[in-house]
Amino acid sequence: MRPVAVEAMTALLTDGLGNPSGAHRLARRANQVIDDAREQMADAMGAEPGEIVFTGGGTEADNLAVLGALEAVPGVPVCSAIEHHAVIEPIEHLGGRVVAVGHDGQLNLDALAEALDDDVRVVSVMLANNETGILQPLDAIADLIRTNAPNALLHTDAVQAFSWIDLASAAARADLISVSAHKFGGPQGVGALVVRSGADLAPLVRGGGQERGRRSGTQNVPGIAAMAAAATEMVANRPTETVRVAALRDRLADGLRAAVPGVVESGVPEPTAPNGQLDRANKAERSNKTANMCHVCIEDIESEALLFLLEKEDVLASAAASCSSGAMEPSHVLAAMGYDRQLAFGSLRLSLGYPSTDADVDAALAFIPPAVERLRQAAGTNPLVSSTVAR
Amino acid sequence: MSEILVAMSGGVDSSVAAALLAAEGHDVTGVTLKLWGGESDSGCCSVSDVEDARRVAQQLGIDHHVFNFGDDFERHVIEPYVEAYDQGRTPNPCIECNRHIKFDRLLRRADALGFELIATGHHARITLDADGQRHVGRGADVAKDQSYVLHMLGQEQLRRLLLPVGDITKERVRELATELGLRTADKPDSQDVCFIHSDGGRRAFLGDRIPLSPARILDQEGRQLGHTDAVQLVTIGQRKGLGLAGNDTRHYVTAIDRPNGVVTVGEESETFCDRTELVDLAWTAGEPDVELTVQCSAHGSRLPGRIVDSAVVWTEPHRRVAAGQAVVFYDGDDVVGGATAR
Repeated sequence: MRPVAVEAMTALLTDGLGNPSGAHRLARRANQVIDDAREQMADAMGAEPGEIVFTGGGTEADNLAVLGALEAVPGVPVCSAIEHHAVIEPIEHLGGRVVAVGHDGQLNLDALAEALDDDVRVVSVMLANNETGILQPLDAIADLIRTNAPNALLHTDAVQAFSWIDLASAAARADLISVSAHKFGGPQGVGALVVRSGADLAPLVRGGGQERGRRSGTQNVPGIAAMAAAATEMVANRPTETVRVAALRDRLADGLRAAVPGVVESGVPEPTAPNGQLDRANKAERSNKTANMCHVCIEDIESEALLFLLEKEDVLASAAASCSSGAMEPSHVLAAMGYDRQLAFGSLRLSLGYPSTDADVDAALAFIPPAVERLRQAAGTNPLVSSTVAR
Repeated sequence: MSEILVAMSGGVDSSVAAALLAAEGHDVTGVTLKLWGGESDSGCCSVSDVEDARRVAQQLGIDHHVFNFGDDFERHVIEPYVEAYDQGRTPNPCIECNRHIKFDRLLRRADALGFELIATGHHARITLDADGQRHVGRGADVAKDQSYVLHMLGQEQLRRLLLPVGDITKERVRELATELGLRTADKPDSQDVCFIHSDGGRRAFLGDRIPLSPARILDQEGRQLGHTDAVQLVTIGQRKGLGLAGNDTRHYVTAIDRPNGVVTVGEESETFCDRTELVDLAWTAGEPDVELTVQCSAHGSRLPGRIVDSAVVWTEPHRRVAAGQAVVFYDGDDVVGGATAR
């Protein structure tokens, strides 16, 4: 967590806080903390304070957006095939329409146009994908909705994007925007949903009517304060951080591509010379991704084994999403992008962030290539072939 | 002190195996294999089993990982299992899982990650013969002995395998787990096949994957006694579940003719034979020149026999062995080889 978030949170944990819904002095103070945080989050997300709904994290914000829209006005939900499980699971559960993406990870706008009609009530397309960092053309999507599905709200899961993209411009046309605090240096289990005024949304959790009736339950006051502090600092630093981290990411990704044969970087075309020929010396173009994301698939290895070796060297990475058992499942995002299942098992997701340094990139570049080489050699020599008795 | 990768299913045996190795001061890492994504209530691989394994690892202060070998399990265990029933054989999926997953896939993964040794919670021992060759030996708890399902292990695998609970009884395993406060101490033993759900059983599992076909049930003289709607579920030697109740004589399945849809039953004496034909015969360390005993099911009795060409010639008439079952050869308490009944 960012120190400002830790300070905001811990100060409130030891300070006498009342229930923000109460009336007495301590309650009013808690209420003021929430009001302050609401203004800060509104500023950070390009929204009005009254449009901010605090939730228990990104998944809840996504569920509230999709299910709350359908509860208020029944209709058909639509989402992309690469949405986070927090969106795609509820939509598939309801039998909604799932729209294909191309190999570059971009939503297929023709397919979206096909999926849209007057029955569609909510369209959910993430601003940036959580595994690959690939950005989606939200304005073009909003244009299509306006012409083809005039009754639909546009929801965007901006959990991954928020740290790197200015929502005030990039998500200006979204009716519903989800963020999650731990993605930008806030605490886990706190999030927010922007509900634009005029957007008709029913609550999922009913009760005391907190959050203007859109999310009942006593608010997590220290968590919300910490999230707001983190968001404020993140937004202030974002212009410089985006440039700094993008340079680190480029060095990491270019370095991996140069050092390890058989690296496929998702959503990034092979660099070409002016004559159109493949030119590995050229820098790859990554303006279609968030600044922090280095996502590759490495041929002929399993990332499950690679991550184990990297962890020993204190390089902590992930492959895709994890299932509840902790086992790694092949990514539905890469499957949707048409990646071969075997290649998808070699996916490696190296996320950078505000704490990332040159030394981190050095360490990753020092350890990953030999670890890959080791796994490839181990795969090539089956120790049992020579020793297993003939059958 | 060695670096050891312990396969932890979330059961009490592998929990204690990890605990014993950690107590000896080894550098132990636990791993749970995610093998089956479908419904199951009888075996492992459920989220709660992974949680049990992880919690035990936390209690022991060792790292715990989950490896997803689901694709390998599908290819090497599930598909052959279904194919075997479809072709009239009676497979033993636990043996195929040991052969292809635990002692091949996992061992190769252990190699790649730098582990010299792996360990499991099987009740069996690794013994050394006079020639310095290793064998799978019967576990100290005879009732829980799992040497039969480990019969395929060769010298290289045995050199790199530890079976820490093979020297103690199941009762002692549970005592140790209780003493250590492990949450798996009273967990029931796993039963049946891990990927078969008790609700639908084998019938539902196979019925989802292959067409089940009917057969008439005839006696030795060709008189029809009944019928079955799924000949694929009938096994040689089977007595129960044929719907022939109310008959004075006990009927055992003596022959299955699937193409013609005929199951033949007879008295117990009809189920005996003099020899059992084998395929995939292999010796742990060469064919020994000793009198063998032979075991044909997980907890079956061991009966004397000789290997002649590719068959067991039984010393005394032996119950017919269903095709697909493992036939395991012992010298005393040590496995010396194995094959599959044809």
